[in-house]
Amino acid sequence: MNQFEYLRPASVAEAVAAASEPGAAFLAAGTNLLDLMKLGALRPSRLVDVTRLPELSNVEQLDGGGFRIGALVRNADLAREPAFAAAFPSVAEALLSGASAQLRNAASVGGNLMQHTRCAYFQDPASACNRRDPGTGCDALTGENRSHAVLGWSNACIATHPSDFSVPLVALDAVVEIAGPDGRREMALEDLYPLPDAHRAPESGLRPGEMVVSLRLPPEAASFRAHARYLKLRERTSFAFALVSAAAALRIEDGRILQARLALGAVAARPWRARAAEALLFGAVPSAENFGRAADAALADARPSGDNGFKIELARRVIKRVLLLAADGTPERMPALPASAFNLENGAVAHV
Amino acid sequence: MTLSISLTVNGVRTDVAIDDPRVTLLDLLRERLHLTGTKKGCDRGQCGACTVLVDGRRINSCLALAVSHDGAEVLTIEGLASGDRLHPVQAAFIDNDGFQCGFCTPGQIMSAIGLIAEAETGDDPERIREAMSGNLCRCGAHVGIIEAVLDARNRLAEDERRTA
Ligand SMILES: Cc1cc2nc3c(=O)[nH]c(=O)nc-3n(C[C@H](O)[C@H](O)[C@H](O)COP(=O)(O)OP(=O)(O)OC[C@H]3O[C@@H](n4cnc5c(N)ncnc54)[C@H](O)[C@@H]3O)c2cc1C
Ligand code: SF4
Ligand code: FES
Ligand code: FES
Repeated sequence: MNQFEYLRPASVAEAVAAASEPGAAFLAAGTNLLDLMKLGALRPSRLVDVTRLPELSNVEQLDGGGFRIGALVRNADLAREPAFAAAFPSVAEALLSGASAQLRNAASVGGNLMQHTRCAYFQDPASACNRRDPGTGCDALTGENRSHAVLGWSNACIATHPSDFSVPLVALDAVVEIAGPDGRREMALEDLYPLPDAHRAPESGLRPGEMVVSLRLPPEAASFRAHARYLKLRERTSFAFALVSAAAALRIEDGRILQARLALGAVAARPWRARAAEALLFGAVPSAENFGRAADAALADARPSGDNGFKIELARRVIKRVLLLAADGTPERMPALPASAFNLENGAVAHV
Repeated sequence: MTLSISLTVNGVRTDVAIDDPRVTLLDLLRERLHLTGTKKGCDRGQCGACTVLVDGRRINSCLALAVSHDGAEVLTIEGLASGDRLHPVQAAFIDNDGFQCGFCTPGQIMSAIGLIAEAETGDDPERIREAMSGNLCRCGAHVGIIEAVLDARNRLAEDERRTA
């Protein structure tokens, strides 16, 4: 790991000022940052420790039903917050399907959302990687790429964003609140993750010095609580990144879908919102046939970036299955294996 | 620049001078405080051998920067037994053959103590397996490990009922 200067600012304004210098990085729990620094993939010259900043550790219910979550709330604590988990069950399920209990106890909301889009070559400083070192090429294009992107990629970069948490959040129109050298602003969470263009793979939608101070869920997001699921396919049952995942949320009345939300994970450099599929489901009967059509629409533009054509078929099946699970209803209790395809039974349904 | 931090490790308050901010909590425990019960497996958050409790929560000490934990209360495997009397979770690992070579065991035991405190699994072995998935065992002693955690959890729940 390279040597760095360690700073522990006392306010958000000080943190932003300290992080505006070239080479600076925010340090939250460090479970992603320190890992990448140990490998030499990231070499920040200054770490700005945000873990002691006041007022960023609250989960707040807003008037009208929305929620604001401070950037320092720990992943496990958010998943365990009863009012939050009841309003946004698919978000709690996604959180609990990520990493391990130890990592979730440490990892922060801001750090999870801002973890790097990366692949094995990004992590190996000896490999060419446009995302790590712009303009050097991409060794993944001709290398091991079976887990890489099938949507929104370019020859500049074919890596995927690995966060589970962000997938249902993007489906539910979450917003991030940002503090920066020019004051406060907010943006749709989706826009935090720019897609690569023909030559470049920008890391995030944040400008230098900007930090995520909180995450907000709009009041409408809670209206899907009775039919909201997350499903994550991985190479082992637990403690593995997604190969393909999907979050579905439905509003069903009188046997018809009034509103559908669908987003895919681990298929692109951003959580992939499938708006064409959502439109197709409007007014439809929740059936395997209609869900299959929605899956086809969601993947109409998908194409392999390497040895990963199988992910398109997997994604189709994951979409169909997660929509069926959502239509069945949110389980009353978190499944024993959150977001897993291997749950034997889902138990009683909540929010009926 | 030397930074000074203060930690309470296994109940004892310790001031540590940190001359290099790169030191992780794991390296600090092992190399500076000579508490080598906490193991380094992968050093990347992937195996759980380095699990300790920080302010009562299980975390991976290999991905925690020591300077960032100034003021924290840390519990390691060395802080569990009182004299020759083992902690109930330690005893349960012995009674249920919860290890072979023992390398992963301190992390498994600390993780199990964290799991029991979280009180989310009940006595469902599937939930316990899921909640212990951050601890790998190269010897494949997982069957005994899960039995040990279940046994320890039930013993502690029984103790609590009796004292309640
Ligand atoms: C073994 C392992 C397995 C994992 N498995 C999964 C998984 O299955 N699913 C999953 O979703 N994740 C997984 N993760 C990733 C994990 O979720 C992230 O490491 C964690 O959420 C990062 O949070 P942190 O607080 O530690 O962030 P840090 O590591 O401190 O920071 C991560 C990045 O975000 C930046 N940052 C932090 N806070 C802010 C802020 N407030 N504003 C702006 N930038 C900020 C940092 O500068 C850094 O670049 C895994 C990680 C490991 C090590
Ligand atoms: S896919 Fe992206 S992250 Fe991976 S090596 Fe290529 S440019 Fe780097
Ligand atoms: S040594 Fe920390 S998780 Fe492996
Ligand atoms: S007992 Fe040998 S690694 Fe677990």
